[in-house]
Amino acid sequence: MEKFGEQLTGWEEPYGMLTFTSDKNMNLKVLQFLYDDAELGFRFMTDLCAVHYPNEEGKELAVVYHLHNLKENVRIRYKIFTAIEKPDVYTASALFSAANWMERETYDFFGVNFLGHPNLKRILNIDEMDYFPLRKEYPLEDQKRTDKDDEMFGRD
Amino acid sequence: MSEHVTLPEGNVEKHTTTINLGPTHPATHGVFQNIIELDGETVVSAEQTVGYIHRAFEKIAEHRAPYQITPLTDRLNYCSAPLNNFGWHITCERLLGIKTPKRVDYLRIIIMELSRISDHLICNSIVGVDSGAFSGFLYLMQYRELIYEIYEEICGSRLTTNMGRIGGFERNFTNQAFEKLERFMKEWPPALKEFDEMFVRNRIFMDRTIGVGPISAERALNYGFTGPNLRAAGVDYDVRIHTPYSSYEDFDFTIPVGSTGDCYDRFLVRDQEMWQSMEIIKQAYQKVQEFKGAEAEVYHADVPDFYLPDKKDVYTKMEALIYHFKIIMGETALPVGEIYSSIEGANGELGFYLITDGGRAPYRLHFRRPCFIYYQAYSELTKGGLLSDAIITMSSLNLIAGELDA
Repeated sequence: MEKFGEQLTGWEEPYGMLTFTSDKNMNLKVLQFLYDDAELGFRFMTDLCAVHYPNEEGKELAVVYHLHNLKENVRIRYKIFTAIEKPDVYTASALFSAANWMERETYDFFGVNFLGHPNLKRILNIDEMDYFPLRKEYPLEDQKRTDKDDEMFGRD
Repeated sequence: MSEHVTLPEGNVEKHTTTINLGPTHPATHGVFQNIIELDGETVVSAEQTVGYIHRAFEKIAEHRAPYQITPLTDRLNYCSAPLNNFGWHITCERLLGIKTPKRVDYLRIIIMELSRISDHLICNSIVGVDSGAFSGFLYLMQYRELIYEIYEEICGSRLTTNMGRIGGFERNFTNQAFEKLERFMKEWPPALKEFDEMFVRNRIFMDRTIGVGPISAERALNYGFTGPNLRAAGVDYDVRIHTPYSSYEDFDFTIPVGSTGDCYDRFLVRDQEMWQSMEIIKQAYQKVQEFKGAEAEVYHADVPDFYLPDKKDVYTKMEALIYHFKIIMGETALPVGEIYSSIEGANGELGFYLITDGGRAPYRLHFRRPCFIYYQAYSELTKGGLLSDAIITMSSLNLIAGELDA
C-alpha cells in the first residue's frame, strides 16, 4: 500500500477485518490497484452498500466496499465518504460486474450518484419514488400515529 | 440477426418479438419479471425487473431488537430459512463475543445441512420440471416433508422457522426429533439415488442441460457468484471451508466443483452437495450421540443478557421474568461495533454487514443476498440461446424472490 502512502487513512481492524478509507475521488484508483497488484489480488467484490451518518457534516454518506482475495482468503473493507448535497462517486461497475446492481441498490436507497454507471435507475423501489428511503431522516412509521405510544420502551 | 420477415419500408414493427416472462409466470417460480427480446426462438436480450416483493427489511431492522430481526431473515431465502436464522444469530454472537458450546454447533450443523438439502432438492427437481420431468419433483417433495417435520419438532414451525436463539436453541432436541432425523437419514439416500438414476445419465436431460447457460470461472467471479453456481464454474470457494463457523472445521467433507458452469454442472454440483450434506449430518449426529452426562443436555450458551430464559422460570422466578421482559422489549443494548459475518447459505455467501451504535437496534444492517448478486448475470447467460433454455437456466440458478428483494 506504499503507492498511496498518506492518502489512505482511517486504518482500523474492527472484528478482524482491515478497514481503511480514502478520498472519494480516488476510489477507482484504489480499487484498480487492489485488483491488479499481484500480491494483493482483491478480485472478488463481496458486497457494496452505503451508510448514512446525518451528523457527520460534509461526509454524510459512506460507501462501503467489501473485497475478498479468494486465493489468500483475506477480506478487506474500504470506505469512502461523500457529502449528501453532491453524492457523486465513480462507479466500480466496469471493474466488477457484480457492482452494477449493488450500485443501483445503493442509489435506490441512499441516492448515491454513481458517475459513469451504465444504467443507474431504481431497482427495488418504484421508479416514481422521489426520496431515498434508507436515509435516516425518514422514519419507519408515521410519527403522527397515536395508537402506538412506545415511549416507555425506548422505541423511536 | 437474420431476417425472418420482410417488412415494408417505413414500417414501425420490429423484426424481434418482445415477451414478458413474469412477474407471475409459472416458469419464473417467483415474483420477478424478464422482458425478453426474441428473434424467432432465440433470445437477443433479457432485461430483469426485480423488487415486486421488496419489504424494506433493512429499514425495519434499524428499528428492531435482534430477536425481532430473526423472523425477517426467515423471509429471505424461504426454502432454507434456518440457514438464514442461524446466520443472523452467528453474526450477533460474533458481535457479542459469545462462544457457543460444541453440542450447539453440531446440532446447528445438522439443521443447516438439512436446510441445504431441502433447498437443493427443490432446485434440482424444479430443473427437472422445467425440462419436462415432473415426477421427480413430486417424488422428492415427500422428503422435504420429513425435513419440515424435524423443524416442527424443534421449533414448532415449518417454512418460516424463526428457529434458535442467540447462543443456541430455544429447547433441547426431543427424542422424537432424533427419531425423525434417523428416519430421514434412512429413507432419504435411497430416494436421492433413485432421483440421480433418473436424471444424471439421462440422455434427454443431458441434451437439455449440457452447454445451456454456461459461464466461465472468470466471469462468474467478476459477477460475484458464490455457492453452487460459482462452484459449478470451477471455483472451489465455500464459506464453510474458507471462514469456518459453527465448528465446520471438525468435519470431513469435500466440496464438489464443476467445470463449465452450465445447467448440467449446476445440477451435478447441487446433487453432490446433497450427498456431502448427508455425510456431514451423519458425522454430526455421531458427535452429538457421543456427549455424555451434563454435556449431553447442553443446548445453549450461558448468556443471560441475550438468551431468553426458560418459559417455566419466567412464570415462577422474578429474575427470569425481568430478563425475559428486557430481552423481549429490547432493553439490552448491543455493543458498539462493525462486523461483516457470512455463512454458506444454500445459494452462496449469505452475509450480514452489521453496524451498531450502542442502541437496542442495529444502526445499519445490510444483507448480502447471493441471489440478488448473481441474477444480474442472467442476461449474459441466456443471450443467444433458446427461450426454453432461458427458462431452465433460470431454474438452475435457483432464484428465490425473497432473497432477491429483501
